[in-house]
This record gives sequence, structure tokens and C-alpha cells, in this order.
Amino acid sequence: MDNTYSKTADALMDTDKSVILEAKHIYKTFPGTVANDDVSLELRKGEVLALLGENGAGKSTLMNVIYGLYTQDKGEIFLNGEPYAIDNPHDAINAGIGMVHQHFMLVPVFSVLENMMLGAETTKGPFLNKKAAEAKLRDLSESFGLEIDPHAIIEELPVGLQQRVEILKALYRDVEILILDEPTAVLTPQETEELFKIMRRLTERGVSIVFITHKLKEVLAVADRIIIMRRGKVVGTTTPAETDEHGLASMMVGREVILEVEKAPAQVGKVVLEIEHLNIHDNNQMHSVRDISLSVRAGEVLGIAGVQGNGQSEFVEAITGLRRYNSGEIRIDGKRMPQEKPRTLVEHGMAHIPEDRQKHGLVLQYPLTSNFVLCTYYREPFSRHGILNENEILRNAEELMERFDVRAPSPVTVAGDLSGGNQQKVIVGRELSREVSLVIANQPTRGLDVGSIEYIHKTLIEMRDAGVGVLLVSSELDEIMSISDRIAVIYRGEILAVLDAAEASREEIGLLMAGHISE
Amino acid sequence: MISKTVDKKRELSINWKLLRQVILGLVIVAAILFFNARSPEKTSAVLSSTLRYAVPLILGALCGIFCERAGIVNIGIEGQMLFSAFLSYMTNVWTGNLLLSLLVGMLTGAVLGLFLAFLSIKLKLNQTIGGTVINILATGITGYFYQTGLTTQGKLWNIPLGPLAKIPLIGPVLFNNPPITYIAILLVIFSQVLLFHTRWGLRTRAVGEHPRAADTLGVDVFKIRYWNVIIGGVMAGLAGSFLTLEGVGMFERGMTNGRGFIALAVMIFGKWNPISSALAALFFGFANAMQIQLQFMGIQIPHQFVGMIPYLLTIIVVSGFVGRSRAPAAEGIPYEKE
Repeated sequence: MDNTYSKTADALMDTDKSVILEAKHIYKTFPGTVANDDVSLELRKGEVLALLGENGAGKSTLMNVIYGLYTQDKGEIFLNGEPYAIDNPHDAINAGIGMVHQHFMLVPVFSVLENMMLGAETTKGPFLNKKAAEAKLRDLSESFGLEIDPHAIIEELPVGLQQRVEILKALYRDVEILILDEPTAVLTPQETEELFKIMRRLTERGVSIVFITHKLKEVLAVADRIIIMRRGKVVGTTTPAETDEHGLASMMVGREVILEVEKAPAQVGKVVLEIEHLNIHDNNQMHSVRDISLSVRAGEVLGIAGVQGNGQSEFVEAITGLRRYNSGEIRIDGKRMPQEKPRTLVEHGMAHIPEDRQKHGLVLQYPLTSNFVLCTYYREPFSRHGILNENEILRNAEELMERFDVRAPSPVTVAGDLSGGNQQKVIVGRELSREVSLVIANQPTRGLDVGSIEYIHKTLIEMRDAGVGVLLVSSELDEIMSISDRIAVIYRGEILAVLDAAEASREEIGLLMAGHISE
Repeated sequence: MISKTVDKKRELSINWKLLRQVILGLVIVAAILFFNARSPEKTSAVLSSTLRYAVPLILGALCGIFCERAGIVNIGIEGQMLFSAFLSYMTNVWTGNLLLSLLVGMLTGAVLGLFLAFLSIKLKLNQTIGGTVINILATGITGYFYQTGLTTQGKLWNIPLGPLAKIPLIGPVLFNNPPITYIAILLVIFSQVLLFHTRWGLRTRAVGEHPRAADTLGVDVFKIRYWNVIIGGVMAGLAGSFLTLEGVGMFERGMTNGRGFIALAVMIFGKWNPISSALAALFFGFANAMQIQLQFMGIQIPHQFVGMIPYLLTIIVVSGFVGRSRAPAAEGIPYEKE
């Protein structure tokens, strides 16, 4: 990579760079959790400081404190050596701090220009001076190479461009410090590369960047320095030159982590799921799924790679009986399943790990006992002549909690009180403890800690080795690459290619995810 | 490439819309001229009646627009109007000072706006219930305190605008009106400019669409919401004052007669846009004027049915037959700072 040289140069200059922002001994608690426990960090001028940690490690909390969205319980923040009190984002913006939030803070029905102006309006008399604002925006676009149509409406822009608008919005406010909260979560690998280039351009202009992420590769590629957080504490500071993925991962998790999923070659059997020419129109008569034909065989994992929002949700909903499709045919074990109810599919051996575990996976207000029998409560032994057998349901819950390592105070704890990882294990336990021949897993590890991710990956591989067909949909390319035997890439509702996982490269898949078909 | 095709689509759809509007406008003008040639008195009576009926709807719709654009649902417009109508009237009875009566009406609306804002912003009460509270209070309290047999010393009179009032047809209809009517017309333009061309408007719309985004940019969501609901209250207050000071000249129990709700329909019809809503109000006003004309003409339909026309239109509009319009996204959701 061409940035190796500049990185070593930066490393040499490290000591010369002045500290622009310093947080000292920050404490922040929320009811029931300590989000930041004596956290200190310093940001130097013109550097990319990566803040690495798992979900819930307290990275975003710390940044929200610095941006004035939260107020710390204890601790101080210094800006250019001066103590600096921030009560709200307005103070932060005035102090030259900008933040690009994980969930974009753009008004969807506004134009790019209106979003720029909001909160930093230039006026001519009582009126908005849109011309001046547009000129300023065009200047910025040009000088940073961030092309954008000022009059485009946000909701009509692709996610990558929306993020560009967010960055421009910060630049529009003359920021010197830019906080990027998980900026790559919604991007293709190529868009991510592009973002990194932009980040470099910004640091060359003296902007200092805090880059919040949980992705190791990205940290190594773009950061000058790395701060690792775990459970609300800073557990280490390092540079890309001093460490590697394994080092980072074990610091992040607090123990040795196996990054690669170990798996034997697939023992492929007969076809369990066959989809032919599936078409789904969404509400606007647009195709959300376009002529998809795929098959999943017993004993293999078929991964579907793609950036979020390319029709994956609709596709999975159609095969799991949650959405009507307009044309096409779905066969399970060779049997046609025209627009079947989810229960019929379940009885034919389909297991579904849904994308939104809190909305579609669990009844959050129900105890675990009930959640474990959501698909089977009406059958023996859980129910006899229409009466539930509570003893059997309780026994089942205890057994599954043991077997799937669900950590909860008791089987009658309500599902909503569990952590994300444990919630997902409840779903996995319920779905995979039945007789299944096909597993549909949609984003099964989203938002989970590394331990739970490892566990879920291992379980999926076990299912595959036991002769079950697995369809894995994920927008995390690493997950797709490490688990799948074959990889299908979805783009705008179409499958652009199906590749053999052993031969496919990240670059190739990345390009396909962005809609480029190689000749 | 994608964004270009989107651009093209947008341009195209605007052209169609413009064309449709121009054609519609021409048809209306032609129709008015045609009827004017046949019977000038009747035409000008219908047009005047249209405007007179439309004024409280315009003001009520403006109230709704200010509230909803900032993210607060206000179904208490009816109550705000009724309360203001009552207090305007009582002030007029007691003091005979029309200007003071008008100010009391506006103030009443503002105070009720503040009340609704407090319920929905501070107490985070369900906004529909907050509005209903105002409606019930208004009917109850005004009904209880109203005594028949009160007399006033007069109502607001027409102010002809010099030579403008002498223009045939348009003059008497547009330029010879009592003050609140003029105020309403000016307020439509004022609101349109305020919402779409000023800092206040930009922030108001942002707060109604995505309050969190506005908050992260240092916009004070609560302040914007409070003030807009209060400003809306003033508009509703004016509408109430119009009824007792300018329209009827006296108070009756429940005299708003659903106008606050029709105003909401007008607002939806007008897509939360002041000028479009004013046009929608005129359309409702016209429907009402026609209804009156039909009754005069002795058509063989029971007058109750004819009288239903404006309300039927309301139902049709509210149930979404007329185009698709999108409410501000954050409407009705109390904002919680983290």
C-alpha cells in the first residue's frame, strides 16, 4: 500500500505533534452499567486515532461526552491545553469538534444544502442566504475532492454519499476535530477505501480524526495510533507498527481469540433449498428482488454478501414465509412451497435466525421458557389437547440454556433483560434444537461481542457438518468469507455472481458488492 | 448516473405539476368570468362568501402547520378557536374596544398553545389526548359561562383599500374586507416565507422531521417546538376572533362547528404548506358558498344533505383520496434528550 511510507514518517513525527484534545479520568455511568470507568485519552493534531473495542465497550459513550451529548459524572476535558466545558453539541461545534454518528443525523427530506445550513445558517437580513451557503459548499467539495450535488434530496442518495454529506457537514462548520463513529458499517470495501483516502486528505489539512470501530483490519490500515477499550476502560495504546490483528483482538476481548473459523471441507449432499426466478416488488412497484435463482445443498454454507439494503431482507422474508413474492418458485427438499405460512416451513425443517432479533426473533416481554417453544408450543410434549405442559416447557428451557450456553439468572427471566449475545443464543437454541434440514441465518452476529460471534459461527459450522444446509446472509464480508463454502453476491436485488469461497478474493467480492461485474 | 436519472424525474414531475396547476387556474378564471358575465351579483356574492368562509380555515390551518411542522400534533385547534371566540366576544361586550377584543383573542390562543406545548413537550402526554383536553375544556367552559342576551356595540367593519376596491369583480371581493381577512392573507405569505426562507423555518422543519439531527447541530428542539405551538395558537386565536368580531358578530355555543377539524383537513390537503393550504381553504369555502347558493335556488334535496358538503369533503381529504401527502416524520413523538 502506498500509505506505508507516510505512516512511518508520521510515527517518527509523533512526539512533535501537539496534543489538541485531552480527556482525563472520565467516568460516566448509566443505570446498571458503568460505561466509562476512568478513561483518559489524548488526540494529537493531524492524526487518525482509532478507538477500538467491542460493542458496549464504551467508545461511543466517550465520544458523546466529548461532543456534549452526554455529561460526564467525573473527569475533565482539555482543548489545546485549556479546560473546556461542554454542555451540548453547540459548544462542541463552536470548539471545532464535529461528529459523524453511526446513524446519520441528516434530515431525509431536506436537500444536501439545507442539511449543511441547519444550525449554521448564513443569512441576508432575515432570510437564508442559500447562494452563499451553496458557494461555500462547492468550495469545500472542490478543495477536499468530495463531489456532491447540493440540491439532491438526502433520502434519494445512496448511503455512501449520505456519509459524504455528513463529513461535509462537519467541514462546513470548520471542524478541527472529527469524530467518526463506526463509519464503515454501511460501506462496501471500495467505499471504505475511498473513505480512508478522504480521512488522509483531511489529516493532511491538519484535521485530527477519532475513528471509532471494532474492525481490526481497518484500524491497521488507517490509524496512526490505536486506543483499545474494554468494558468501559482503556486497556491499551499501541500503533499499527507494533501490533497485528491477533494482538489487537486479544487486547480487545481480553483473551486469545481464534480469528479464523476452523472447518473441514464440506461434505455436500442433496439440494435442500431451491429458489427459481424469485421476484419481489416492493410498495413502489420497484423490484426489491429481481430474478434470483439459488440452491443450497445439505452440508454446505451458502453465504450471501452485499451491502445492507440491497434486497437481502425482502429475499429472506420471502423464503421464510413472512412476505409474499410476485413470481418464482421455492422448493424445500424438492417439494414446492408456494407462499407457505411460516409454520408449514418450520414443520418442513426450516430454521430461521432473523435479522432483527428483538423484533422478529423473540417476544421480549416473555420469559425464556416461552421463547424457547415459540415454534413448537402446540405440539407434544409441550402441549396436550390444547393445554400447555408447563413442566415440560421449563425442563426444555433448562436443557437448552445448558446446551447453548445461555447466561441468564433463571429460565423465567424475560428475554428483554438479556444481553444481545444471550438473546441470540436463545434464538439459536430454539431454532437449532429442532429437527432441521435448512438454516436461514440473517445477520446472525450483528452487534454481538466476539465471544458470542465465535460461538454462533462454531454452531453454524457444526450444523453444516451434521448435513444441514445453511444460508447465511451478512453484510460483514469477513463473516461471509470465513464461514461460507460458496458466496453469492447480491446487488440491488440481483445475484451478480456465485463464487467458490476458497477461490474468491475480498477485492473481487467487494467490487461485486458495489455492482461492478468483471469481464 | 443514478442521481442524474433521479434529477430528470424530479424536473419532469415538477413540469407536469406546474402544467396541471396552470390549466386548473385558467379553468377557474374562465369559469368565474363566464358566471360573472351571466350574473355579476351572484358571482361576486359567491366569491365573497367563499373568502369569508375560508378565512377561519386558513388561520386554523396555519395553526396546524406551525405545530405539525415542528412535530407537535394539534387537534385542539377547534377548542382554541372556540375559547378565543368566546373571550374576544366577552371583551367586546365589556369594553366595546374591538382592538382589545382582537388582542384578547390572540392571547387566548397563545395561552392555549402554551398549554398544549407544556402537555406534549414537558409532560410528554399523548398529543392527541392533549388536544382533546383543550377541545372538551373549551366546549364545557364557554358553554357554562355564556349567557344569552348580551349585546355588543358592533363588529369589525370593511376597510376598502382605495382605488383597488373599485376594480370590477376583484375589487369588492378582495380589497373591501374587514381587517382580520387582510391579516389572514398577509399571514399566509408571511408563513410561507418564514417556513421556507428563514433560519427559523429551516430549524422548525428540521425539528419536525428529525429532532435528533437538529439537536446534534446545536438547535434547541424544545424552544423551537414551544414557540411554534404558541405562534400557531395565535393563529387559531385570530380565527376565533374572526368568528365573533368579524364574521357573525356574536357568540353562540359551539359556534366553531367543526371548523378546527376542517382546518386540519385543509392543512393535509395543502400538504403542510401555507399557500397550498390557503388555496385548499378557498376550495372548501367555495364548496360552502355553493351549498348556500343551492339552498337558495330551492333544489329539491333536503338542506341537511347539501349542508353536509364541506364535511364530506373533509372526510374524503382526510381519508387520503386526494393525492399522497406526507406528514412531518417526527410528528406526535415526544422528543427525549439522551
